[in-house]
Amino acid sequence: MFWQRHELVCQEMVELITDYLEGTLSRSQRRRFEAHLAACENCTEYLQQMRATIRLTGRLRAEDMAPAMREELTDLYRRWRAEEE
Amino acid sequence: MGLILAILLPLRRPRGVPAADADAELVARLRAGDEQAFVALVARHHAAMLRVAGSFVPNAAIAEEVVQDTWLGVLRGIDGFEGRSSFRTWLLRILVNRARSTGVREHRSVAVGDAGPAVDRSRFDASGAWMSPPQHWVEDSDDRLLAEGLADQLQAALDELPARQREVVVLRDVDGLSGREVCDVLEISEANQRVLLHRGRSHLRQALESELGGL
Repeated sequence: MFWQRHELVCQEMVELITDYLEGTLSRSQRRRFEAHLAACENCTEYLQQMRATIRLTGRLRAEDMAPAMREELTDLYRRWRAEEE
Repeated sequence: MGLILAILLPLRRPRGVPAADADAELVARLRAGDEQAFVALVARHHAAMLRVAGSFVPNAAIAEEVVQDTWLGVLRGIDGFEGRSSFRTWLLRILVNRARSTGVREHRSVAVGDAGPAVDRSRFDASGAWMSPPQHWVEDSDDRLLAEGLADQLQAALDELPARQREVVVLRDVDGLSGREVCDVLEISEANQRVLLHRGRSHLRQALESELGGL
């Protein structure tokens, strides 16, 4: 079939990138994806940027819980225990 | 809008007992009535819960209420928790259900396919090749994130994602759940999860390029 043989273009690459990273491309799609990467500096750069985006997003964390909140939750536990008994 | 103030943690995760095993042990102790086990579970999961709740409701006060309510649900339901999913998945499902039932933030039912392309069409030529290629920014981006206050910008970009994309990206990339876990927590299909993740990550990449690129 035509669509299985045509070479991927950059605009298609950027839409397939998550499926590639998630490992959900079929074997033939994966081959075509990697063939394009091998020949395209820009898409290789784009892939690195997606990986960097994931890594940087993983460095966002909420601040530790305020001590007041911790106490409130300990109280919650004690009230619950008291109700149970 | 920065509902939750972002700070940066070192990249390396703490070593030791795998997270799921540590939870299982704490759950067993909680069932036996150990208050310290509850405190430890709270310490392990509370920040992530606030972040997830924050992606469903409009302000931090409501997010805290939802999280408290969830902990009460955990205490009441722990004896019925059968361990078929991980504790974290179970916990986050309770949380998501409570957050949704507050119904405060309307769920924008954007069809996932309609969220636009990963990269603006104008950056490709008629054949679909890059015309305006990605600008370089990956080198030193970790240091620059730390040094230039870019965590706030990244947090802002995350906050402005459509709700369903934000939920998926927060659970996957901030909290580190697997794709399967995210599907269980949000009750969406794997295909849907991937599309939402793709749109969300693509938007964040563009935001980083806009902040960091062109040097």
